[in-house]
Amino acid sequence: MSTPPRPRPVGLITATVALLRKDLLIEWRTRARLNAIIFFALATLLMFSFALGPDTKLLEKNAGGYYWLAILFASVLSLGESFRVESENACLDGVRLAPADARAIFLSKAVGNTLLLTALGALIFPVMVALYGVHIATSAADLGLILLLGCLALSAPGTVYAAISSNARARDVLLPLLLFPLVIPALLSATKATTLVLQGDPMNQLGSWLGLLSGFNLIYWGVGFVLFPRIIED
Amino acid sequence: MPAPSAPALALHDVSKRYGRRWAVARLTYALPAGRSLLLTGHNGSGKTTLLRLVATALSPTAGRVEVLGRDAVADRDAVRRDVALLSHASFLYEDLTALQNLTVLARLLGIPSPEDAASALLTRVGLTRRSDSPVRGFSAGMRKRLAIARLLMKTPALALLDEPFGELDPQGIHDMEGIIAELKAGGTTVILATHLIEQGMSLCEERLHLQDGRAVAA
Repeated sequence: MSTPPRPRPVGLITATVALLRKDLLIEWRTRARLNAIIFFALATLLMFSFALGPDTKLLEKNAGGYYWLAILFASVLSLGESFRVESENACLDGVRLAPADARAIFLSKAVGNTLLLTALGALIFPVMVALYGVHIATSAADLGLILLLGCLALSAPGTVYAAISSNARARDVLLPLLLFPLVIPALLSATKATTLVLQGDPMNQLGSWLGLLSGFNLIYWGVGFVLFPRIIED
Repeated sequence: MPAPSAPALALHDVSKRYGRRWAVARLTYALPAGRSLLLTGHNGSGKTTLLRLVATALSPTAGRVEVLGRDAVADRDAVRRDVALLSHASFLYEDLTALQNLTVLARLLGIPSPEDAASALLTRVGLTRRSDSPVRGFSAGMRKRLAIARLLMKTPALALLDEPFGELDPQGIHDMEGIIAELKAGGTTVILATHLIEQGMSLCEERLHLQDGRAVAA
């Protein structure tokens, strides 16, 4: 009979890449998550526009905040869905028992969510420009960096809390309840930094907000990496 | 490497509690290496919980589980490399094809040429023609066959089979008996939980009957 060779332990990076490839493949085959979060984020931007009426000055002034709220709300869908595919048929157990390093599961989920949210942010930005009448006052590279750091900051704690809430009965309520208070510093930094990019930065404050966002990332990616194995084991 | 001459499985006063209910209660048992075990008992008697404890999917509330001489909690990753579980849940991603499901596992196991290894196993379980079909469209029997291929990918030293004949047609049951016999011939210790006692007895040398999580005379 033909049997595969005996398994050998794979490293953290190899396992992370294998799991990330799997998650991206599932996303590519279904596109369920990306479609859902794009429409949800667009609807959120539109709702703010309708709620505030024709006051373009107000929309322009607060565009950074509305942009990040749209990404934050959509992130809840994305994070929840990333663990829904694992709970179907107990796939997370299958990965754990393979065995895959639990830290690789955290990294693959968090990086996958970051990629998806960054793509979302890039896709909805032109819509925000059209709806709110804003333009980039500094540089697009600054905006790209803020988007990446902001999405990293939502994804690390979001992945930890999505794993915790994935087995709860009220998981759809639990995830935002846990996540929203925690990411306030990141949301504030990303919003302020985005506003500076859109309205100009005469006092050179952008670096401070990016520093705060980087510090937040350092803490929560570190905490997630260390704690995730304890979270997903019995 | 597993400890030489260690029992394949040793349970030392093992208990597992869900809320206020003891699914396994103070179970002590040793399965010698090279012997295979039939687990019997009514629904809810603790068979699945026991298999999940041995597979390290669960940790015991009290007591110690040793698999091939290793502690199943302290040395969890090493135990997981040697043990494979065929569970009620298939561990299959619905939106991936049969081939992709097996390839993901092969990559996690560090198997060289993962797609070739996956294809070979699909041939072995009779799913070659559906290798590029998403699992979502599979029948229960086909899922079971694919789950078996997943188990075989690990070439385990200890195979834990929870109701392996469930959802299989007569040909599938015959094939499964052949796979279990091949596993045993290849040196794999098999622990089998089934309600089909005659079939189980023909494949296993030892029997453990559970009732309310405790070992009782069959």
